Amino acid sequence: MPETIIALKEVHKWFAGVHALRGVSLRLERGEVHSLVGENGSGKSTLIKIIAGVHAPDRGEVLINGKVYPRLTPLDAIREGVQVIYQDFSLFPNLSVAENIVLTRALAAGQRWIDRRQMREQARAAMARIGVELDLEAPVEELPVAQKQLVAICRALVDNARLIIMDEATTALTEREIRALFEVVKALKAQGIATLFVSHKLNEVLEIADNVTIVRNGTVVAAGPVAQYSRSALIRHMTGRDVDEMTYQGPQKPSGDPVLEVRGLGKAGRFFDVSFRLHAGEVLGLAGVLGAGRTDLALALFGLRPADQGEIRIDGRPVKIRSVRDAIAHRIAYVPEDRLTEGLFMSQSIGRNILVSSLDRLAGRASVVDRAQAQAIVARWIREFRIVTPSAEQPVETLSGGNQQRVVLSRWLATSPRILILNGPTVGVDVGSKSEIHETIQELARGGMAVLLISDDLREVLQNCNRILVMKDGRLVAEHQAGAVTEAELARQLSGG
Amino acid sequence: MVKRLAAKQEVVVFFTIVGLGLVIGLVNPAFFTAGHLFNLINSSVVMGIFALGVLVVLLSGGIDVSFTAIAVFAFYSTVKFLGTHNFQGSLLVPFGMATLIGLGLGLVNGFFVSRLKLMTLIATLGTASVFRGFLLTFIGSTIYTKLPSSMVAFSRAYLVEVVQGRARYGLHAGILVLAACALLTWFLLNRTMLGRGIHALGGDRVAAERAGFRIERLQYFIYAFSGAIAGIAGIVHSSMARIAMPSDLLGHELNVIAAVVLGGARITGGKGTVTGALLGTFLVTMITQSLILLGIPSYWQQAVLGALILVGTALPALQAKRKEAVGGALGGVS
Repeated sequence: MPETIIALKEVHKWFAGVHALRGVSLRLERGEVHSLVGENGSGKSTLIKIIAGVHAPDRGEVLINGKVYPRLTPLDAIREGVQVIYQDFSLFPNLSVAENIVLTRALAAGQRWIDRRQMREQARAAMARIGVELDLEAPVEELPVAQKQLVAICRALVDNARLIIMDEATTALTEREIRALFEVVKALKAQGIATLFVSHKLNEVLEIADNVTIVRNGTVVAAGPVAQYSRSALIRHMTGRDVDEMTYQGPQKPSGDPVLEVRGLGKAGRFFDVSFRLHAGEVLGLAGVLGAGRTDLALALFGLRPADQGEIRIDGRPVKIRSVRDAIAHRIAYVPEDRLTEGLFMSQSIGRNILVSSLDRLAGRASVVDRAQAQAIVARWIREFRIVTPSAEQPVETLSGGNQQRVVLSRWLATSPRILILNGPTVGVDVGSKSEIHETIQELARGGMAVLLISDDLREVLQNCNRILVMKDGRLVAEHQAGAVTEAELARQLSGG
Repeated sequence: MVKRLAAKQEVVVFFTIVGLGLVIGLVNPAFFTAGHLFNLINSSVVMGIFALGVLVVLLSGGIDVSFTAIAVFAFYSTVKFLGTHNFQGSLLVPFGMATLIGLGLGLVNGFFVSRLKLMTLIATLGTASVFRGFLLTFIGSTIYTKLPSSMVAFSRAYLVEVVQGRARYGLHAGILVLAACALLTWFLLNRTMLGRGIHALGGDRVAAERAGFRIERLQYFIYAFSGAIAGIAGIVHSSMARIAMPSDLLGHELNVIAAVVLGGARITGGKGTVTGALLGTFLVTMITQSLILLGIPSYWQQAVLGALILVGTALPALQAKRKEAVGGALGGVS
């Protein structure tokens, strides 16, 4: 007997005149795994916030457990068993696992005193429900991301969750951790707890969800059992157009010296005996799970953490790369994995962020930056990358994730590199922007740039690279020509099964 | 378990105290006398009480540099008021009065921090100046050497006394005030939801808000608590010094904050313990008081203290860094 936990009927929401939601309906039954899919700015987050009681709808109805809530508050939502697991988990890094799991519940119950034994028991019980075991006394800041997520899920359980909303839950997880999370979602389902799984990784949606709702520009463009949709249908609904998923072919026969050649490169404890060649016009994929040493290799090539063994050759000549300045001098550019911590000055303007790595080149004899030229460069990249902003003076933090990623790309392209190292270029980016970034990468390669693309998104690697290296435990274990390997085969090699 | 214990700053500080004590004692056996030990403890009392207030503020992710100004304001106005009314009653009255004054001034800090959302350092730098200026302008600037009789009695209240040669040394009853405040603070921080809220706020403000903690109220409480504690410390200080000076304690706030940080409190909030704060205080006092016994000129004290703080705060940072590096390497083969 199905039992409706939450039903939204024709919900509208305006923000300062912007019609963010235009009559959205959504319904979740007990134990249902429901996927909410949409690009950035499609209204997904607003929808979540309405269910969580953070925003009140301007029109329409919200029913939770059969009860109409004209003005749902966050506390009401929690009381009705709606729990949101935000992307940042909202955990307390300094407190123990047990306390993180139990504290919110105790606070909501109006508890004034702390009983540590009771706390541990409740936390243990919650972990048992999803079949995980964590050190109850460990401070959360010492846990890896996947375990932090489990703590957040346990906390939701202690709060008598009937519906758990997971906002981009898999972004920071490795393939194996995603598997484990799916097991947890299944365990929740078996206990009648519904999950609203917000994601733009379509493979995951297709795998885990019973039903799917696709939103675009604040309206539901498609909804129903997931079995009715193919991957391309999902993409079409999300973006409103057909997105090419073409495979990059690369140059037919690379001629001459490779632009970049690496021989026996190694760094103690990180990666060992890495050798490969990268030709102009190639997009060379480097696939590996988190911790396989792929980022260490990239950092070594870019001089951030130089290698201690082996040789790097550029255009056939051995070079030393001991610092970022060396790398830039050899026209190597690196777009880091975590644009927020490694790549961008968030409070600085878009223009400054684009220019920061080109200043040396722009500076004239008197070390004074040519302003007109600088502005021309900024304008060019904002135009070419269609960065959506009223002005180059806006701080980067005002941009959406996809646009931020383009700013980082612009910065490095502004240095006119010959070798471009991209580390997870589309992490946390929606499908539309993703395909645009992919187009850009392929265009750059066609224009003669040599690209090294590091990613654990196998589809991305398969689509964009003409050659793929597989890295595992710090070593290169396989090399494939594009088209000669399937996604499943690649996945098997990565996890070493 | 052993590893976790060794990683704790408190343990490190404890062994530093023991080690330093042994060194000083070997050079100058006078260190091991009860008299000197009592002196050391007596000199730690006021700083220790202050440290409790500082700890609570640091835990919440803030910083308070106005507590010495609050303490002076509290004890000076109390002494002046009780003096002009020739008050002869119980010791509880000056303590109560100074606590309330401290609490009130703390609420002023709370207003700037929680309602106006000023940075805590800026807010308390400002209020500290205002409190001192207000005190000198409107309350008074003369030095009082005549304290209320109850405070004079308290200044002579020793729990234990020993006679060494011709001098008498005693363990001052102020230690009881410190012990009571420490117990209260420990209980507050570890056994009440309020205390966990303070930890939560210092750990992640946004998460604390989402969890349902009322941040504004918490901050009012935190600064009021720090103020009240400063008021108590003020009375103990002025009793033990047997004087009420409006320009007293100037510049001491950084030493106290340093002591608490040395005791393992994280300057960015969320981590720290009562034990650590007290041990840190004791270590700092030991250095300032005992270097003389080692024959080190007193102007070296500041330098040594500074060096110790650098080492003490750099150590946890280094440990964290190394841990990260090791974790990364392990991750590579896992």
